[in-house]
Amino acid sequence: MKVAYWPGCVSRGFTPELHGSMAKVAPLLDIELVELDRACCTGAGVIAEHNQELADTLNARTFALAQQVEGAELMMNICSTCQGAQSECQERLDASAAYRERVNGTLASEGLSYETNPGGPFINKNFLWLLVEEIGLDELRSRVSRPLTKLKVGPFYGCYIVRPRQRLGIDEQHPRDQYLHQVIDALGGTVIEYAGMRKCCGFPIITMNKEASLKQAGRHLGDAVDAEADCLVTPCPLCHLNLDLQQPLAEGVVGRDLGMPVLHLPQLVGLALGLEPKELGLGRHVVRPTSVIDWSTSVVGAAA
Amino acid sequence: MAESHDRPAEPFTLRMRRYDPESGDAPYWDEHTIELQPHRSVLEAILQARDRFDGSIGIRCSCRQAICGSCGVRVNGEPALACHTHLDAARRSAPDGVIEIEPMGNMPVIKDLIVDMDAVHWKKIQRVTPWLIGKQPVPEREYLVPRESMVDVTQTMACIQCGACVSDCLAMEVDPLFIGPAALAKAYRFVGDPRDDEHFARLNDLAQDPHGMFDCTHCFKCVDACPKDVNPMGQIMRLRRIATADHHIVDQNNGERHEAAFASLIRDNGLLWEAELLPRSYGGNSWLGKFHPRAAKELISSLPTIVKALVRGKVTPMGALKPHRIPKPDLKSVQSIYERIDGRDSSSGQRFELNLYIVGEDEEPPPQELLVAGVAVEGGASAAEPPGAAEGEQPAEPASPEGSTSV
Repeated sequence: MKVAYWPGCVSRGFTPELHGSMAKVAPLLDIELVELDRACCTGAGVIAEHNQELADTLNARTFALAQQVEGAELMMNICSTCQGAQSECQERLDASAAYRERVNGTLASEGLSYETNPGGPFINKNFLWLLVEEIGLDELRSRVSRPLTKLKVGPFYGCYIVRPRQRLGIDEQHPRDQYLHQVIDALGGTVIEYAGMRKCCGFPIITMNKEASLKQAGRHLGDAVDAEADCLVTPCPLCHLNLDLQQPLAEGVVGRDLGMPVLHLPQLVGLALGLEPKELGLGRHVVRPTSVIDWSTSVVGAAA
Repeated sequence: MAESHDRPAEPFTLRMRRYDPESGDAPYWDEHTIELQPHRSVLEAILQARDRFDGSIGIRCSCRQAICGSCGVRVNGEPALACHTHLDAARRSAPDGVIEIEPMGNMPVIKDLIVDMDAVHWKKIQRVTPWLIGKQPVPEREYLVPRESMVDVTQTMACIQCGACVSDCLAMEVDPLFIGPAALAKAYRFVGDPRDDEHFARLNDLAQDPHGMFDCTHCFKCVDACPKDVNPMGQIMRLRRIATADHHIVDQNNGERHEAAFASLIRDNGLLWEAELLPRSYGGNSWLGKFHPRAAKELISSLPTIVKALVRGKVTPMGALKPHRIPKPDLKSVQSIYERIDGRDSSSGQRFELNLYIVGEDEEPPPQELLVAGVAVEGGASAAEPPGAAEGEQPAEPASPEGSTSV
């Protein structure tokens, strides 16, 4: 399938291995990525906090660019925070024709316009949702060439992709807050549940209250260690920053060794589809998954 | 609905967390199976278990119809009013079919499902001066205020003080001193009220407090927890917006600097430049920000992280020093959007904000009166105008006295 692909900022900045691994995984799932390289940052909620109409207009511009991609079935992102920020703007844009007209008025000088219904509603899905809802778990399972047997994976959902439930379309028919569980299972891994899996990584307040921020990261990582997970997987690069990049500092704040590798979702999928850890950028993490997990065998084995 | 009322009673199993701090024993789980129609509430089930099996089960309740806010608990790990949760829905969300009921979090347990609201929730409510400080002199007759601004604050007035949002606030979980969602929503109730005379003092207080409005971690937990659609996190974001944009409050917690740096880096580059955002958040929103002592201090404490990121090839020196940019023509478009909206708003001191709580979603077009009447609340405008009016770039005049609500 062809998608208008919004990679976000951090996946091309401080977590380049995320963007890289998505590019490697896409062809193995027959996803054609048309990168929205003209679009700007979603604002991650911060621009909306600064000026709501500004955030809505910038994101409407991105949606309009996505709608221009010929043959694309939908827009896809690889960042929960992008998903959350964009869903919030889309909710307002879709709710009011008068508001849409106002926003499109600002975009008109560039010849762009966001339409709610040019042939169906505008759909923007995180890679996680696309995996389960568009590709399907059975199809994903059939493409696994190296099942993650014996690998104990803790899902880390974060916030923006599971709340608020109504805005994100989570209900009994679409249990999107269970999808990481389902994907780990389809890839042959073992799901490890732990207290912090749908809690906040703390990243949004890292500059405002560093101790509270790192305490959140450290506590959830510690919960996962106690539940004996081999690694975590997350659909959000900002969670990755607090859980991986900041993990040494988080260890100091919570006063315990953690050593918990954190994988990006496309990396976990890529491993099961037969890609090598190195080409998925696993060596670039601060907590090296390679030092904890023996990836060398054809069946991925847990650390001894 | 009539149909569901005819359904026969069914067995439901409850797993309740029991704890009596005075006994000296550890908390334990207790299971009871009760029989009720599936549309009846979890509260009724708890009361039946208490009446039939164990009179010592502690639960606080009164109205049984989601008005009094007494029966806040956690059902299957999520905060809820026991009287507002149907048994069949609770069973569907229980992983093993047994409805799990616990006391609320972030507050000490007095007994079983009863928590000490005084120790946490009410203290925090008191913290935000939860009463109106009227403008002086007091008008001879009633205050006249725009209708929309009163409709706006009814969202926070809908709070029934149940504590569900406090229970699961993820920032409070790691920082018990955080003022928290319920109290900050209450603070907005007065900051959004045009009759209140202390907007600046309130906002400055909440912005400067290290456990104040900038401690919120944006996790949306309170939004989903609230049984009354108060949207506490949304109110916190509005407090921040009014504090920074309208009252120009620069806080000691980097809140204003972070927001300003973020917004201007996107204006200048189109994409986020993380390596520049962090020092600016500490040192100030300019290229020079990184040389401020606050930024230098932070840089030194982060040095091990930076070195590790460089060693692992996560970040290259050039990647950190040079921003990622979108193509030039697109950057120009982004900047013109900034100019048209941000520039207009900062020069006029007014913002246009679509508030879905006030105008609603428009399956059918919203009533004309709501579209025409703009509101100019002091500082933050919360207005809705017809699209034509938007072109003038000036928010509509405050609603006329005829359209006002006297309070």
